[in-house]
Amino acid sequence: MKFGNYNTEGFYDELCLPDGTPRPAAEPLITRINELPEGELQRRQKVAESAFYDNGITFAVYGNKDGKDKIIPFDVIPRIVSAADWKHLEAGLKQRTEALNCFLTDIYNDRKILRDKVVPESLINTCTAYRPQMEGFVPPKGIWAHITGTDLVRDTDGTFYVLEDNMRCPSGVSYVLQNRQILKRTFPQVFSHCSIRPVDEYCTRLRKALEYLAEGVDVPKVVVLTPGIYNSAYYEHSYLAQQMGVDLVTGDDLVVQDKKVYARTTRGLKQVHVIYRRVDDEFLDPQVFRPDSCLGVPGLIEAYKAGNVALANAPGCGVADDKAIYTYVPEIIKYYLGEEAIIPNVPTFVCENPKHMQHVIDHIENMVVKAASESGGYGMLVGPKSTKEECEAFKEKIRKNPRNYIAQPMISLSRVPCIVDGGFEGRHVDLRPYIVQGKETYILPGGLTRVALRKGSIVVNSSQGGGCKDTWVVAENEKAPELGQARQWMEQQQQQQ
Amino acid sequence: MLSRVANSIYWLARYIERAENVARSIDVNLQLQLDLPGEERPWEPVIQIAGNADEFFKKYAHVSIENALMFLTFDSENPSSIISCVAAARENARCVRERISSELWIAINQFYLKLSDPEMPKQALAAPHAFYNSVKEFSQLTVGIIQGTMSHDVAWNFARLGTMLERADQTSRILDVKYYILLPDVSMVGMALDTVQWNAVLKSVGAYEMFHRQNSNVTPYNVAEFLLLREDFPRSLRYCLEQAEICLKNIAFPVKSNVESIRLLGKLRSDVTFTTIEEIIRDGLHERIEKTQIRLCDLGTQIWKDFFC
Repeated sequence: MKFGNYNTEGFYDELCLPDGTPRPAAEPLITRINELPEGELQRRQKVAESAFYDNGITFAVYGNKDGKDKIIPFDVIPRIVSAADWKHLEAGLKQRTEALNCFLTDIYNDRKILRDKVVPESLINTCTAYRPQMEGFVPPKGIWAHITGTDLVRDTDGTFYVLEDNMRCPSGVSYVLQNRQILKRTFPQVFSHCSIRPVDEYCTRLRKALEYLAEGVDVPKVVVLTPGIYNSAYYEHSYLAQQMGVDLVTGDDLVVQDKKVYARTTRGLKQVHVIYRRVDDEFLDPQVFRPDSCLGVPGLIEAYKAGNVALANAPGCGVADDKAIYTYVPEIIKYYLGEEAIIPNVPTFVCENPKHMQHVIDHIENMVVKAASESGGYGMLVGPKSTKEECEAFKEKIRKNPRNYIAQPMISLSRVPCIVDGGFEGRHVDLRPYIVQGKETYILPGGLTRVALRKGSIVVNSSQGGGCKDTWVVAENEKAPELGQARQWMEQQQQQQ
Repeated sequence: MLSRVANSIYWLARYIERAENVARSIDVNLQLQLDLPGEERPWEPVIQIAGNADEFFKKYAHVSIENALMFLTFDSENPSSIISCVAAARENARCVRERISSELWIAINQFYLKLSDPEMPKQALAAPHAFYNSVKEFSQLTVGIIQGTMSHDVAWNFARLGTMLERADQTSRILDVKYYILLPDVSMVGMALDTVQWNAVLKSVGAYEMFHRQNSNVTPYNVAEFLLLREDFPRSLRYCLEQAEICLKNIAFPVKSNVESIRLLGKLRSDVTFTTIEEIIRDGLHERIEKTQIRLCDLGTQIWKDFFC
């Protein structure tokens, strides 16, 4: 398999220039691939896939009857981000999470931004992720979203846009870490020839950021709270707990006494100081949120408000990733930081605005329509790929509940080569970097590159036939680092002998 | 450690040990059949050891080799089948992935995936000895990984406690069922057929060589003594109970030194340690084993009360 006749078909390709030759950052990889004997790349792809099965890096698809876990389809050709692009993204993501954090503190407290009419109050009051229970509360250290996963896309001209903010329980980071483990085994030579920034630090950083919330406690006990093994992201919960070296707990393992949270251990109760919770707000505490929840811990929110335990992410921070609030993020950034947004939003029509709604209904066949309260690729319509009937049905839904819908012009997402039927074909991708806010803000150099494996598709969600790729961020000094040079020298010596 | 995690690790170890014992019983019976051609009855005791004869006859009209092997190995509705045990072990391992070593998880997951392959039953029936051997090897591999990659802390003690209690239970079951089937009449003691079958019992718990180093005669009496009371044979009832007691004390001391489960296990263990085979035969081997099993069952419940709930 060679890259010789790869065709970018007019899309922005992350690895290749429009003429099909490699971009500078991708050159060592593509050279290496072209050197591999016939069939070798496919063999390595197979080895990588079986590594996913053996490790049980699987997820459950809701509603899938046979109950078997699936692996997320994985393609061994990585996506490569140049140092310059990454610098730009890093600055933009930092700015965005900082502004959204100010926004959350403001709307649960003074509501200045609403009084100044920068964001319409009605949007907050109708937002399903808004938690009145959190009004008047500032979380420990003033941080709401300790872990954010922001979805980015790139258009034909190479511009990055923010597609979505994910501030509730963004998942996928375990795939980033595992994909890297597997690719290191797949292309060891390439790793030694170019300087790809490592991602291994993530779990250490995450644990530090979580322990920071319990500053002052001698040995803070951190736990990861999971809904349990039937949750589709259970693998990730256990992986993060394992890698951080902390306990993974379910709601039943915790108990609240005197506004303090304890874990039930074989030697009695032990106090817990920080909970990285992967349970949604509504299920966290039946005394405060949904009374029928058995996933949470009764009394947890009371303990939280008393300052005896920290929760990451803070309950209520989902307001900031509501798809209708999203359209105001550039204004939110300007309002709190006095800066222009470094990474722009995709132009978005908010159907709650009657003018916008009319425009969306008139041009629905060219739009991507999304339900504001849904995620995971559910409840969306891709206009250009849908039938007349599907479009009509969506128009009806929009008219019935305009607040719940937003629409965006269809962006021709950038592509990355994938192995398809023994050759390379471009497939559309997005990018989800992970931002950890603790004492300082840490952005994992890389992220989850999700790829729409169906030809022509732009829906990258794993529940909708999406797969993933490793993401390589090239280090600032793009020349071969010392280790690579040493390796090259040794190889030369061997050739001369 | 978390009570739920302790519970999962304990059961993870128990289920793997159970899978191994089912495989051992089947394997030996397959061998036995070669020595006693034309006889298909040996499968009934194996199904009885697994404690599921009623279930079996609900599904199958008669006992054939294929029926027995499918039921005991690949029937996921039979909770004691090998695949059910491995699936349950994997489910427990999945619940505590963060607490066990990756190597242990991968070994369990790989074996589970291998068993769930739709081609597997066909392959197993075609080469049963190799297949059941692979189950034994899987169990021994996991025990080795637990031993070699996990700190010998509370979690490890729970795993070993699970292994030892399950093994105690299984060894006594194997002996009980064989005794019952093989000795319907006391006058049969010492017949040629008997020796073949008692050797099979020894092989099923991997005790053949060790037994013969200690005994020159294969008699029901000697076999029962070896499997129940031998101090240093790692599958004997006595050894398993003594080891289990050490683990339980490691778990409980010094915080919970007065728990009921320690008292129950200590009493059971000393009854076994300080008895003789003469006493056992006098009281009735079957009755003695039945009582032991009831006590093991009560002990399991008490451990649950003391540590897991």
